[in-house]
Amino acid sequence: MRYTSGAVTALPPSLSLTDRVALVTGASRGIGRAIATTLAARGASVAVNYTSSEAAAASLCDEIIAAGGKAIAVGFDVADEDAVAAGIKRVIDELGALHILVNNAGISIDGLLMRAKREDLRRTLAVNLEGAVYCSKAAARHLLKAKDAGRIINVSSVVGETGNGGQSMYAASKAGLLGLTKSLAQELAGRRVTVNAVSPGFIETDMTDAALQGDAREQLLAKIPLRRIGAATEVAEAVAWLASPAAAYVTGHVLRVNGGLAM
Amino acid sequence: MSDATSDPILDTIKEIIAEQLDVQKEDVSAEKSFTDDLQADSLAIVELVLALEEKFHIKIPDDKVDSIKTVGDAVQYIKQNNAG
Ligand SMILES: NC(=O)c1ccc[n+]([C@@H]2O[C@H](COP(=O)([O-])OP(=O)(O)OC[C@H]3O[C@@H](n4cnc5c(N)ncnc54)[C@H](OP(=O)(O)O)[C@@H]3O)[C@@H](O)[C@H]2O)c1
Repeated sequence: MRYTSGAVTALPPSLSLTDRVALVTGASRGIGRAIATTLAARGASVAVNYTSSEAAAASLCDEIIAAGGKAIAVGFDVADEDAVAAGIKRVIDELGALHILVNNAGISIDGLLMRAKREDLRRTLAVNLEGAVYCSKAAARHLLKAKDAGRIINVSSVVGETGNGGQSMYAASKAGLLGLTKSLAQELAGRRVTVNAVSPGFIETDMTDAALQGDAREQLLAKIPLRRIGAATEVAEAVAWLASPAAAYVTGHVLRVNGGLAM
Repeated sequence: MSDATSDPILDTIKEIIAEQLDVQKEDVSAEKSFTDDLQADSLAIVELVLALEEKFHIKIPDDKVDSIKTVGDAVQYIKQNNAG
C-alpha cells in the first residue's frame, strides 16, 4: 500500500521519506525486499540491489512502480568493492542522490567451526561485513551531502549479540557490523548523518526456512517470549523508522526486533 | 569557469574549495589554512580531497594530504601532478 493524502492513510511528515533516495542491498528476497517495499511506500525512491536474482529484483521494481513509487534494480556483489562503487555511481546517475543506505545483504553458512571450510569463512565475512564496509565507504560522501537526511542502517542479528553454537562465523560477521555501526556513527555525526543497526531475531525467510521446521521450530518458539517467528515486514518497519526524520536524534543504536529472544 | 582569470586551474581549485567548504570564493587565497582559516574539519578535508581527485583525475595519498595545510599547498600539489 502506498500512503496518499486521503484522511485514513495520510502519513505524518515525521515518518515521510518523500524526496529521499534509498539503496537497499540484498533487496530481491526476504527482509531486504520488505524493507524496499516499505521505504517506497513511505515515499522514497528505491534502488533494489541483488546479486543473482535479477528477475525477482525486476518484479519488485514493477510492484513498487505499479503502486505509484519509483525504483530501479541495481545488480552487484557487495563483496566486490569495484562493483559496489560502480553500482552506487549508477544510483547517483539515475536517481540523482543517495540519502539512505540499508546494508541488508547477507548469507549464512552454518556448521561447527571445527568443520568449517576456509572459503566459507571468508565468504561469510566478505559478504556480511566487508560488503557493508564497501557500501558505506562508497555511499558516505553522498550521505554527507544529504546532511541530516543521511542514514546508514545495518542489518545485524540477535546471533551477533548473543552468539549461537553452529554459527560462529556468521555471528562474528554480525557482531562486527555492530562495531562498524558505532564507529561510523561517531565519524559521520559531524554532518548529522546517523548510523544505526537493527538486530532481528528469527524471521521467516528463505534463510531460515530449513532451520524453522518441525521440532526445531517448537524448541525455538519456547525460547521466544512473544511465542512466534517474526515477519520480514516487522523488521522493515524498524528500518523505516530509523530512516525517517522522526529518528534524527538516534545514532549508534541497535534496535532489536526479536520477540524478546534476547534483551 | 566563471571569470576571466589567467589561470584556469587555480580558478577551478578555488571554486571546488569554496563549494566543498561552504565559503566565499573570494576568501579562498593561497595563504589560507584549511583548518585554521577556512574552518574545515576532518570530514570536510576528506570530502575536499575526493572532489579534487575526481576533478583533476589524480590520487592524493594520505601522507601527502597531511602535508597540504594551505590553499597554496593544494594548488602546488595539483599543478605538479595534474594529468589534465
Ligand atoms: N531471516 C532471519 O531470521 C534473519 C535474522 C537475523 C538477521 N538476518 C539478516 O537479515 C538479512 C537478510 O536476510 P534474509 O533472511 O532476508 O535472507 P535471504 O532471504 O537469504 O535473502 C538474502 C538477500 O541478500 C542478497 N545477497 C546475498 N549475497 C549477496 C551479495 N554478495 N551481494 C548482494 N546481495 C546479496 C540476496 O540476493 P539474491 O536474491 O540475488 O541472491 C537476497 O536478496 C541478512 O543480512 C541476514 O543475515 C536474518
